[in-house]
Amino acid sequence: MIGIVGYGAHVPRRRIKVEEISKVWGTDADSYKSGLVLEEKSVPSSDEDTISISVEAARNALKRAGIDPQKIGAIYVGSESHPYAVKPSGTVVADAIGATPEVHCADFEFACKAGSEAMFVTMALVKSGWMEYALAIGADTSQGKPGDALEYTASAGGAAFIMGGKNVLAEIEHTYSFMTDTPDFWRREYQFYPEHAGRFTGEPAYFKHVLGAANGIMERAGMKPQDFTFAVFHQPNGKFPLRAGKMLGFSRSQMETGLLCPIIGNTYSGSSPLGLTAILDIAKPGDRILMVSYGSGSGSDGFIWKVTERIREAQDRAPKTREMIAKGKIQVDYGTYAKYRGKIKTG
Amino acid sequence: MITPAEYVREIPAHHRLEAGRCKKCRKIYYPARQVCPECQAREFEPLSLPREGKIVTFTVIRVAPSQFSDQAPYAMGIVEVQPGVRLLTQVVDCDLDKIEIGMPVSLEFRKIQEDGEKGVLAYGVKAVPR
Ligand SMILES: [Zn+2]
Repeated sequence: MIGIVGYGAHVPRRRIKVEEISKVWGTDADSYKSGLVLEEKSVPSSDEDTISISVEAARNALKRAGIDPQKIGAIYVGSESHPYAVKPSGTVVADAIGATPEVHCADFEFACKAGSEAMFVTMALVKSGWMEYALAIGADTSQGKPGDALEYTASAGGAAFIMGGKNVLAEIEHTYSFMTDTPDFWRREYQFYPEHAGRFTGEPAYFKHVLGAANGIMERAGMKPQDFTFAVFHQPNGKFPLRAGKMLGFSRSQMETGLLCPIIGNTYSGSSPLGLTAILDIAKPGDRILMVSYGSGSGSDGFIWKVTERIREAQDRAPKTREMIAKGKIQVDYGTYAKYRGKIKTG
Repeated sequence: MITPAEYVREIPAHHRLEAGRCKKCRKIYYPARQVCPECQAREFEPLSLPREGKIVTFTVIRVAPSQFSDQAPYAMGIVEVQPGVRLLTQVVDCDLDKIEIGMPVSLEFRKIQEDGEKGVLAYGVKAVPR
């Protein structure tokens, strides 16, 4: 049996409300809140980045896995906000958790799909028998251009998963990926903020790939929406995943547990992986979970997980995702946010 | 400025909170030392410190050295992680007027220094309210 032996989350404590961003740009907060299905988003402090978030999430995954970090054979960090343009994030994580030097590291990139990509590859390496355990992380501290629609949602957070073949808490039953060349969102080298194709990001991009992957994996597995206790989709805002789920035939109650965007925003590579951690926090043995990521450019990875008995002893070993999000929140105003995010240049 | 050599030397202490325990008198030093000031022994065994502790004392820095000036005012605290083992660290994610002696904290992995626009990023721990 191959699957997740430990999972962990990390979300920065700072938040900025939609109202606070609207006030600066003179937009109507209520229409953004209802249009995006979003109240506030997480904001990293100036000392938090994809590496620091990855380390904290990985430590929580290790607590749940209860394994010797020296047995981790690979560490892949998926992000579109790696702190260095050249120099891997993964090696910092590897040394911080005590997994060096016999470990394979790589940083993955694919817009918001980089985290699920790391999950896919780590499972394959464990399944092949090349290594006992492998660590996959999806984390981001993403930015939107000041005043752009993305500024209301682009947030920070990450999730880590240790894959293995023993003491599995959620078994992988099926995977399926769906990709096409679609320029809906991109950032060229040396550009600080990304560009996006406005309305083109919806139907031909997000919905086409998320629905393609979800329908494809359910067809291959011979399953229907009713076969799942939970479903989690990539969350560029709070609205898209709910609409995609509804089009597929999922009910709101199947999707609510993993829907974190309304309270933390779009954590990019951390998005559906963090949603999965919130589901695993309350899942029961036998529950089946559908997860579908989305990354611009474009593609979706689909996973079907089946929760095992081991979930019961693992859940309480590290902070639960929704409790972490609710605890010790610090609200910031736009000025503080702009300072933390380097939106004000001082020289 | 942080040189790559300094960065690498500090990985055990900064990234993993590794301390050294004197094999003769059992005293724990963080960061690890070459010679024990208590008994002059030279043999140590490494151990990782717990990531939870409490504030023993603290001070608020209002006029900061230039590389930290954008963070001022900020708090520096001495955190005791186990009896007799203390470390100096920044205290963050908390109002400066709410920090008190005895406050339970966790040590979180954070970026501790950025060497300008082009240099190395240094990581370590900072104390956050538990
Ligand atoms: Zn000694």
